[in-house]
Amino acid sequence: MAVRAQFENNNEIGVFSKLTNSYCLVAIGGSENFYSVFESELGDVVPVIHTSIAGTRIIGRLTAGNRRGLLVPNSTTDQELQHIRNSLPDSVAIQRIEERLSALGNVIACNDYVALVHPDLDRETEEIIADVLGVEVFRQTIADNVLVGSYCAISNQGGLVHPRTSVQDQDELSSLLQIPLVAGTVNRGSDVVGAGLVVNDWSAFAGMDTTSTELSVIESIFKIHDANPSAIVGDMRDSLIDNYS
Amino acid sequence: MEFVPEARQQLILCCECGTAIPPNPANMCVNCVRSMVDITEGIPKQATVHWCKNCERYLQPPASWVSCDLESRELLALCLKKLKALSKVRLVDAGFIWTEPHSRRIKVKLTIQKEVFAATILQQAFEVEYVVASMMCPDCTRVMAQNTWKAKVQVRQKVDHQRTFFYLEQLILKHNAHQETTNIKEVKGGLDFHFAQRAHAIKMVEFLGSMVPTRSKSSEQLISSDIHSATSNYKFTYAVEIIPICKDDLVVLPKKTANSLGHIAPLVVCTRIGNTVHIMDFRTLQTAEISGPVFWRTEAIAPVCSRRDLKKFYVVDVELLGPRAGRYALADITIQRLADVGKNDDVIIVRSHLGGMLSFGDLVLGYDLLTANINNDTFDALNADDVPSVVLVKKGYAERRRRRRPRRWAVKTLGKDEEDLAPRKQEQEKRAADFEAFLRDLEEDPELRQGVNLYRDEGAGAAAPAQPGTAMVDSSDEGAGQGGDDEDDDEEGDDAPEIPLEELLDGLAIDDDEDRGDAMDME
Repeated sequence: MAVRAQFENNNEIGVFSKLTNSYCLVAIGGSENFYSVFESELGDVVPVIHTSIAGTRIIGRLTAGNRRGLLVPNSTTDQELQHIRNSLPDSVAIQRIEERLSALGNVIACNDYVALVHPDLDRETEEIIADVLGVEVFRQTIADNVLVGSYCAISNQGGLVHPRTSVQDQDELSSLLQIPLVAGTVNRGSDVVGAGLVVNDWSAFAGMDTTSTELSVIESIFKIHDANPSAIVGDMRDSLIDNYS
Repeated sequence: MEFVPEARQQLILCCECGTAIPPNPANMCVNCVRSMVDITEGIPKQATVHWCKNCERYLQPPASWVSCDLESRELLALCLKKLKALSKVRLVDAGFIWTEPHSRRIKVKLTIQKEVFAATILQQAFEVEYVVASMMCPDCTRVMAQNTWKAKVQVRQKVDHQRTFFYLEQLILKHNAHQETTNIKEVKGGLDFHFAQRAHAIKMVEFLGSMVPTRSKSSEQLISSDIHSATSNYKFTYAVEIIPICKDDLVVLPKKTANSLGHIAPLVVCTRIGNTVHIMDFRTLQTAEISGPVFWRTEAIAPVCSRRDLKKFYVVDVELLGPRAGRYALADITIQRLADVGKNDDVIIVRSHLGGMLSFGDLVLGYDLLTANINNDTFDALNADDVPSVVLVKKGYAERRRRRRPRRWAVKTLGKDEEDLAPRKQEQEKRAADFEAFLRDLEEDPELRQGVNLYRDEGAGAAAPAQPGTAMVDSSDEGAGQGGDDEDDDEEGDDAPEIPLEELLDGLAIDDDEDRGDAMDME
């Protein structure tokens, strides 16, 4: 189920939170309401961690991560690093990266298998990404924007990219990521998809301005549906047939 | 096989209604944008323009009134200025929609652009209706209340001709002193200048005082007063009297005054009027100046003979005596009355200051005191031996020489209102004669010309542009009805003086006030 949320009257919730399949980071400060939205959706499945990165609240833009690991910039304090490590599940690796492009969330877009990165990222960083997150790394742009993390949101199910991404680019990215992609917007026409939307395999959170049309696009591309009969027919059919055949 | 990239237009869903649209900056379909924002918000769809019924002008806030036609550019500009909020949007197009003139409605169709959201420019056309409300402008209000002027300068000279005023008019034109006048009225015996402000009137009075000897008297009339704010509204009138002595007048001085002016002779000729009156004793070339205060303090200074009394004489002999002062040279001159020529041999020998400019055969103008009828106590008190029989004043020119060709120059005139009643024909003729005399003075006297702008007259046919009666000019100041006109025409070979071409200014378009500035620049 896709949910709308707002961080201190700000609709760019992707800036203030990071969501993966095994953990969720939310920024410190602000009202309790923002956390409760996340906790009510995720609370019993993955840990929701309150933290800051380098003393700032823009944690979604400074960090990158997936089910296997979390990358934080060099400016992260030891205390913060310790806190996050203590809060994360043991299976999740955390790594501080020395990288000139320190807003890792802006320059890295990843799911559990593939990462798209800024074309100017260090080779060492690229290797760390591949090692820590266990993904294939591709240097890419989205609709001629180098900030791939800002202009797309991807999960293992699908991805939403910048509205001006051409059909050819979408096809290319889709074949790299092996997931369906769609060009779209969040927050009533905002093209900064990564900032307006956080998503994992079973839930999505979008800014409060996001219209129902946009939410329906998000739900359909990320395959986030309530458990209903059609889900059994659509999603479980293959495995059922596989098992019983 | 060559790869041909497929140019497929990718579509996104409008974030509001879900229609598939090509991506745009707002990522919203046009209809949704339209429904969400109204860029004409804040721009009034109705406004009022004020219009004066009398002068048919429109009020341009804050205080100016402009006349413009319906559907004219000016009116459109005025209408658009009414819409304050228009500054926040970009105006692309504006035009009138025709409305019935009597409907008192003006409809303007506007097309505006404005940036909505981020980098999305929306264009929209709409109409604004203006109601033309009538409101009387201050000018018309004042006309209606017969209260058009606040200060008036009445300039008068107690003489029987208008030459001084013609000269004054030229001085005013040259110095642009009439700029602030709201109206100039020609009345019997002088001119009235009307001003909107008292200061302008005072300035005019001072200007006149600096040009000619004057005395002025101010008076005021209470129009209204407000006891609450202790303010009152007055009309001011300045009566300016110009000294009644003109150039070439014969002036008699009381003995006491003559003594105080350097023991000058009591009977003198006025040679020039400037800030003061320049007088000259024609028998000794002694000069003196009479200032305005001196004149008005001493009642008895008076002109006894003026231009009108001039008679023509024929120069028989000139015997220079030696003393000279400027262009004047003292001489004993033998003359004969023009009327006597060929009838008798009466000659008169007079002492005169005109020795330098006269020679045998010339015509000369002078006052014949033997025959003149003078009523003046001071003059009567003079010792009869001191009074010469003839006083020569200036050189004369034959009438025929003058008329030979029209003038190639002209002067400008002020736009004056006449008195309510049209002047009689006789007065018109007199006025034309005075004007002609003034023009001749200009031709003869370079000093006089200094205060006047003369313009080259391209259509040289019209000799005296503003004066229809020029041809009527008779020898009122020269022949004075002596009956010698026919003989005049054949006599003496001295050409009448003409103004050199280089003194004339270009760009004469009479009655065209605009080029005044240009003409001044060329001086």
